[in-house]
Amino acid sequence: MSIKVGIPKSLFYYQMYPLWNTFFEELGAEVITSPNTTKKILDEGVRVCVDEACVPVKLFHGHVLSIKDKVDILFIPRLTSISKGEYVCPKFGGLPDMVKSTVKGLPEIIDVEINWRKADSNDIESIITIGSFIVKDEKAIKNAYKKAVDKFNDYNEDIKKGFMPEDDKNRKSNLFVVKDSGIINIAVIGHPYNLYDSYINMNLFKKLRANGVNIITQEMIGEDVINLHARKLNKRVFWNFGRKALGSVMHMIEGSDIKGMIFLMSFGCGIDSFIGDLAERMIRRHTDIPFIYVTIDEHSGQAGLDTRLEAFIDMIRWRDKNEVDISAYG
Amino acid sequence: MKLTFPHMGNTYIPVKAMLDDLGVNCIIPPFNNKKALEIGTKLAPELACLPLKINLGNFIQAYEMGADSILMTGGCGPCRFGYYCEMHREILSDMGVDMKVITLDIPGNDYNKLLNNVREITGGLNIYKILKAVKNTVEVSKKVDELERLTFKIRPREIHKGATDKIYRSFLYSILKIKGSRNIKKHIDKARNKLLEIQTDKEMKPIRVGIVGEIYTTNDPYSNLYIESRLGNEGIEVTRPVTVSGWIIDHMIKKALHLKGDERYKEAAKPYLGTMIGGHSQETIGNTVLFAKDGYDGVVQIFPLGCMPEIVSESILPSIERDFKIPVMSLIIDEMTGEAGYMTRVEAFIDLLKRRREIDAFEGKGMLSWN
Ligand code: SF4
Repeated sequence: MSIKVGIPKSLFYYQMYPLWNTFFEELGAEVITSPNTTKKILDEGVRVCVDEACVPVKLFHGHVLSIKDKVDILFIPRLTSISKGEYVCPKFGGLPDMVKSTVKGLPEIIDVEINWRKADSNDIESIITIGSFIVKDEKAIKNAYKKAVDKFNDYNEDIKKGFMPEDDKNRKSNLFVVKDSGIINIAVIGHPYNLYDSYINMNLFKKLRANGVNIITQEMIGEDVINLHARKLNKRVFWNFGRKALGSVMHMIEGSDIKGMIFLMSFGCGIDSFIGDLAERMIRRHTDIPFIYVTIDEHSGQAGLDTRLEAFIDMIRWRDKNEVDISAYG
Repeated sequence: MKLTFPHMGNTYIPVKAMLDDLGVNCIIPPFNNKKALEIGTKLAPELACLPLKINLGNFIQAYEMGADSILMTGGCGPCRFGYYCEMHREILSDMGVDMKVITLDIPGNDYNKLLNNVREITGGLNIYKILKAVKNTVEVSKKVDELERLTFKIRPREIHKGATDKIYRSFLYSILKIKGSRNIKKHIDKARNKLLEIQTDKEMKPIRVGIVGEIYTTNDPYSNLYIESRLGNEGIEVTRPVTVSGWIIDHMIKKALHLKGDERYKEAAKPYLGTMIGGHSQETIGNTVLFAKDGYDGVVQIFPLGCMPEIVSESILPSIERDFKIPVMSLIIDEMTGEAGYMTRVEAFIDLLKRRREIDAFEGKGMLSWN
């Protein structure tokens, strides 16, 4: 029987699952992910986690609870950094410790640190340590990782083209053509685990798409474009998410047909509190693009969001129609 | 240039000493106060951490006093403090407050920027003078910390309640009128001698409480509603390992010279928190373990609402509490923290510690009578 590796469907999962799933499967393990977020999963997470944590971290605890008894080993890496010179978030770095201290009756945990902050290329050492929980053969681990990276690159390419992870099953049908009649481009800036978890974002993506909105996320913008803009900042943003978000916003300001911007923000997120504010300042200073925050917390209600979104989209459409009638010269 | 800098507990003393020695004109903002916090709360993003808000209030108040530039230290994350300087710059500029933000970043490899900033502040680059000022600053900050530690020892033991606070508070104010590290050092010595004259109960074995948490809120009495003085006046001896001089020496100087500081806390933290994750979370965890092993009666963790590293610590602390049977209380601070609710919690904690002491003493006696 193969080893069952559990991966909570939360936080790093959305950004990286093709990498880790392929890696473990190539090593002969069976990967078990927790189910899509439900009210029960969220409630359980909220119950065990400290009040002050952000919703995604509370939710992660819920996902751990929902699969811990079904697997032999849980994968909760200590993700200090996934990019040179940058960090993820202090909470990612302390995640295995938080979970171990809070959740009782855990199986064995793969809590290997992943810190690519100093490395130019991927630091293979941590990968080998992770793999050795499953097999002892270093070469097999390296091979599995190579395959995983390929899959991961493909995935990132797909995202850039506008696919969402949840489109997996029915990819083509969800792809909108940019600039088609009636379709407007709206940027949604937010962490992948909020963007791609439709329970936690209150179906934001589905709602936008149903309203003829073409969604642009920072994941769809090329790394080089992002970096080009991010370099113009006075001081380098040292959070991976923050650099990407601000680089994308600056790119959108300069030359794209974004008609509106939504900042999808986790309540209690330290990084969002800064990056959201800076994004809003930039947008307001340099453009008249409408900007709203959508805040995610464990109490947020669907109804309120629906009205706000409709008003937001109506306003954008109205402006779009009337703008052409107004002479630029007054 | 009229330079100002944000308050954080006693930091203004070594920083003032340094700027005085370098001949830089500086304006110290009014001590942290309600107005400053109100100003900052209005300007800052709602979910920003408390220190950022108070900093902004400091700057605006200093601006009104004529300051035109701000001196900040930077950092490279992952704690938000490292990006404060940019937030300040953006917020102030949107407010039309014309102040220049100068950041003294610990350089990764770009020493030029650091040197340029130093040159800008001091109006030149006399290395000898600068090194001497740095040396004096370190001495001043060490002395300030020693003085503070002395108040922790004397306060619970003083016979006439309030004696320590009176001397210490007047010292903090009078520093504002004194110029240069030499005079400041003398002044610190004078305050120390006065403190040493306070009558104390030498027999007393006070309850001991360790203070851990985020550096700003633990070191800044205004933000933590004077917790150390309150505990002291209740007859409790406090210890706070993370101090300003420690920060200046370990984070700025030793890091620049690649020297190692006291790292006992890292070892102690290991079973609970595997690595450094930013801020002072590793210190929080490690020092809590050390306090427990040293037989302290309790630990208080203090941090601003939303502080990412300390939320990690908060969720780990209950394990240490369980493993070592040491009471730990977390105090989370923001602009809405009401004095009444806060004090009720602190008092309940003190009661708990006192009761535990009594039980211990009782059981101790029982043991003795058997012998
Ligand atoms: S980045 Fe923000 S939302 Fe994500 S774990 Fe950290 S604090 Fe929470």
